[in-house]
Amino acid sequence: MAAIEMKNIVKQYGDGFPAVNDVSIDVADGEFLILVGPSGCGKSTLLRMIVGLEDITDGDMIIGGKKVNDLAPRDRNLSMVFQNYALYPHLTVYENIAFPLRLAGASDSEVDKKVRDASKTLELDEHLERKPGNLSGGQRQRVAMGRAIVRDAEAFLFDEPLSNLDAKLRGQMRTEIARLQKRLGITTVYVTHDQTEAMTLGDRVAVLKRGVLQQLATPRELYENPANLFVAGFIGSPPMNFLPATVKGNQVELPFGTVTIPDDKAAKAQDKGLLIAGVRPEHFEDASVVDSDKVTEEATFNATVDVVEWLGNEAYAYIPFEAPPEVEKQLQQLERDLDGESLRTQLVVSLDGASRISEGDDAKIWVDARKIHLFDPASGDNLTMDSSKAGIVPGGNAMAKAEEVGEAQDSVQPGSDQATT
Amino acid sequence: MRGKTTIGTWIGFIMIMLWCLFPVAWILSLSFKSEGETATGSAQFLPKDPTFDNYSAILDNGDFTRALINSFGISLIATVLSVILATLAAYAIARLEFKGKRFVLSLALAIAMFPVVALVGPLFDMWTTFGLFNTWPGLIIPYMSFTLPLAIWTLSAFFREIPWEMEQAAQVDGATTWQAFRKVIVPLAAPGVFTAAILTFFFAWNEFVLAISLTSTTSSRTVPAQMSFFVGPDPFNPPYAQLATASVIVTLPVIVIVLLFQRKIVAGLTSGAVKG
Repeated sequence: MAAIEMKNIVKQYGDGFPAVNDVSIDVADGEFLILVGPSGCGKSTLLRMIVGLEDITDGDMIIGGKKVNDLAPRDRNLSMVFQNYALYPHLTVYENIAFPLRLAGASDSEVDKKVRDASKTLELDEHLERKPGNLSGGQRQRVAMGRAIVRDAEAFLFDEPLSNLDAKLRGQMRTEIARLQKRLGITTVYVTHDQTEAMTLGDRVAVLKRGVLQQLATPRELYENPANLFVAGFIGSPPMNFLPATVKGNQVELPFGTVTIPDDKAAKAQDKGLLIAGVRPEHFEDASVVDSDKVTEEATFNATVDVVEWLGNEAYAYIPFEAPPEVEKQLQQLERDLDGESLRTQLVVSLDGASRISEGDDAKIWVDARKIHLFDPASGDNLTMDSSKAGIVPGGNAMAKAEEVGEAQDSVQPGSDQATT
Repeated sequence: MRGKTTIGTWIGFIMIMLWCLFPVAWILSLSFKSEGETATGSAQFLPKDPTFDNYSAILDNGDFTRALINSFGISLIATVLSVILATLAAYAIARLEFKGKRFVLSLALAIAMFPVVALVGPLFDMWTTFGLFNTWPGLIIPYMSFTLPLAIWTLSAFFREIPWEMEQAAQVDGATTWQAFRKVIVPLAAPGVFTAAILTFFFAWNEFVLAISLTSTTSSRTVPAQMSFFVGPDPFNPPYAQLATASVIVTLPVIVIVLLFQRKIVAGLTSGAVKG
């Protein structure tokens, strides 16, 4: 077991494509770190640089206090679970799991003991003599994990291990991975584009965009204190709403009305002109189901609800609005960065299941003004971020830097952000 | 509609089978006819009086058995060497980026397209100079060079089908490049290796032009060449029955090999390697 330190890691491909740019991340011994981001953000490339399958263009990769930049994968003693599992189809499950041990020249009795241990942990006992071709997706996934845990590796690396499983199995395996990691207490780096996996599994999460680190923080910090528009939009489901806003004193003017925000937040956003306000869907509520002492004129507005999706425990209401052109362009760009494609600017409001608001109603909506974030539309920075509770936010403007890199990437390889990882 | 298709398919199938197998059946029946029967020009299909005389005669023929040994030796050695070289070359072509890759591939193809007959003269001169004329290596070398291109093309197609991750997984698991190749890639490419081996073996086994031109005695003459010397006492009346018997005997190993390796040449051996 060992800590992994990445210092100013850069990856530039032969054709000049800048895949990873100046990323510095420290993974503590025993920590579960998630690398997350949309397609083509360089997260898999970064993982492959840790394990040694990609050369490092610049920067230092230090594992367990030893610089490993020039070491071959076999000399780094890391184990990896591939997205497509990469099991050896000509070997039985037993031999698949035993493969790393056999290469290391372990004795038959040692191999047998360790393989049986791993297979017991992963409940593969009755499948040991079968070939991978005869296993289900979830079983193959477990074999791939077995191959990873069977030897005493310095760290585990996972490259989107659950993306080929169906939704139910994915949930089960997610819990299983979390349990396994806690039990073995081994340093783990896990790549995913699924923000649920990122939030539930990680001790800390690194959000990447176009090969640039945006924020490195605990899931809670990311959720409550996103460093910029990109992180705010990426973390959370349904995503954060972005509305055009103007701040006057402690009053924020939104398309639906004016709300009052706490003074300390307002102070950070004075005289900045048109801003973007970010409010999570769950920070809205049907005014009629909120405790009456919270409902004040300053925190409510009326709006016509377009569509309601009732899910039982909660309901999503959609309220379309018109955005001024200068903000709209920024919002559309953001939408593209997040792999999304929404047709209109609309507010998504999460309502209590008890709410009786239905389609076409003119509803009175309450907003928790303390939870509003204000973003600078030009740089994307979160003006109201509490930097003591936001983990590590790289200096400089990470979003603008990612934009720059994105342009460089497009000049080498147009449409690269659509790449499948 | 469906019934019609089935009947049509069967009629077509039977016609093709007749077309292909009738000559084989004829040779087979001829090999059981006595010399007297073939000499009189009897045209009936089944032998009147089936006999194994031809078989015992041909297996007693020292020249023929010697040629059979030559055929086996030369074909096997050419196959093994050709497949080993082709596996290594094809792996390099499929996996490595190097300058002149396309050139190597085109050159290999050009060699395969070169007519064998055109090379007989120059090879004859060279081999007599080098002392390779009428030796095993004298045939093994040209056989290898003619079968390598096809083997390389077949195998590189197989290698390209194997996911990169297999090898990377092996490397992460602690294998050297060579171990990853030997323990993971080669077993996975086994169907390709067997295909290449069979193609090479058949080429060498059936080859006639080089075999007759580059040999002079039974010390290295292979069966196809040796059979052209079965003329018998009367040049106008060759020993058909014996020729047919020899044909049957040389065909047997081919059939046995195909049946043996048929199971190995199963596509989709990689199933289960990656996501399902």
